[in-house]
Amino acid sequence: MSQSAVDVPPKGGFSFDLCKRNDMLTQKGLKAPSFLKTGTTIVGLIFKDGVILGADTRATEGPIVADKNCEKIHYMAPNIYCCGAGTAADTEAVTDMVSSQLRLHRYQTSRDSRVITALTLLKKHLFSYQGHVSAALVLGGVDITGPHLHTIYPHGSTDTLPFATMGSGSLAAMSVFEAKYKEGLTRDEGIQLVAEAICSGIFNDLGSGSNVDICVITKGNKEYLRNYMEPNPRTYVSSKGYSFTKKTEVLLTKITPLLERVEITEVGEAMEE
Amino acid sequence: MSIFEYNGSAVVAMVGKNCFAIASDRRLGVQLQTIATDFQRISKIHDHLFIGLSGLATDVQTLYQRLVFRHKLYQLREERDMKPETFASLVSAILYEKRFGPYLCQPVIAGLGDDNKPFICTMDSIGAKELAKDFVVSGTASESLYGACEAMFKPDMEAEELFETISQALLSSVDRDCLSGWGGHVYVVTPDEIKEKILKGRMD
Repeated sequence: MSQSAVDVPPKGGFSFDLCKRNDMLTQKGLKAPSFLKTGTTIVGLIFKDGVILGADTRATEGPIVADKNCEKIHYMAPNIYCCGAGTAADTEAVTDMVSSQLRLHRYQTSRDSRVITALTLLKKHLFSYQGHVSAALVLGGVDITGPHLHTIYPHGSTDTLPFATMGSGSLAAMSVFEAKYKEGLTRDEGIQLVAEAICSGIFNDLGSGSNVDICVITKGNKEYLRNYMEPNPRTYVSSKGYSFTKKTEVLLTKITPLLERVEITEVGEAMEE
Repeated sequence: MSIFEYNGSAVVAMVGKNCFAIASDRRLGVQLQTIATDFQRISKIHDHLFIGLSGLATDVQTLYQRLVFRHKLYQLREERDMKPETFASLVSAILYEKRFGPYLCQPVIAGLGDDNKPFICTMDSIGAKELAKDFVVSGTASESLYGACEAMFKPDMEAEELFETISQALLSSVDRDCLSGWGGHVYVVTPDEIKEKILKGRMD
């Protein structure tokens, strides 16, 4: 009884202690909450010198757009980036976790991370949760063995491909790739093709929208072009803005002045060597 | 009925020029019956950091107590207050830990970071962070709030104008939601002071 009173931070992993209560509430007829999903169009392709990843920037909560400009291209290592589709919390948590595991591995081995390492760590985690961690990923990077592009499905299966698309807009983007992809694309051709594929997802799929993010990874260099294209600017901006004729009625006001924070640094004596 | 509609709630936060405002409604209900009209949804973590929690009221209070505990531990160890970005990561981790049996609430975090730069973010019930540069909303009235804030928000508003905008957005949105309302509670925080105001709204 005293153990549950002290809320000691646990050692990591999931905790299931609210499951019974939530099941009871669901049985009483209260529907479970819907999570933030990234409807999404995410793509990747291999070009002459490396890998280009692209993603849209819309995050949805059911039919509502929750975030008009979210970041779906996550950092894994200086030479590896990962786009995520599915439940937003899962893609963020899984990529953050593998990113820190890769960093520790780099410190241990004194070598740059390889894409296959990230791939194995991700697929092992996702398979062990049997698809309940709903993250569909497009992983791309350039390491000592060359450029690599992989897709990872929520149940843990992976594919290695020269060009890949995932998410609700994947069919729209894949049609563009299948028509126009060829081997040995230059950087500009590759960027243009990725932007076209994402735009096709943005305009044709309702789960994707807003802007295009692109990440170009080559040997020894990476460029993260956030909001590379903004094909959906707001067209109804009123220059005057909103003005309120009636003021809000206030019942009670309490003003707490904040004292200025003064930093007291005590100059200590140096330790005797 | 969704689990978030059991108690009803509306929380919104907006960014201004070197200041932020966070507002919530005041109703606590059990489905369609109102049992309190002065429920506190926004809580202070430290002078420049506030968290508003919408959703199931019991989880709102439990989660608030856990977060205050973790922040006090942090203050004892680090001898300083937590930055808003750090606090948002802490809340996200605490919520994701319960990924398969989540806390049934959606937090809205608002704070002033370094150089008095305002920071706001919201999360879904499993900790997916959503950073915004203008406004964030949460609760049963969220759909109306999205619309009202999109229309009324202007960048770089001063504290007075920000208060007026957020109050109007909140009151007009909760008027269109049966489960939230009964007045409003607004905090406008600038580097020098915290202004807490209670608004008069429709009591239905």
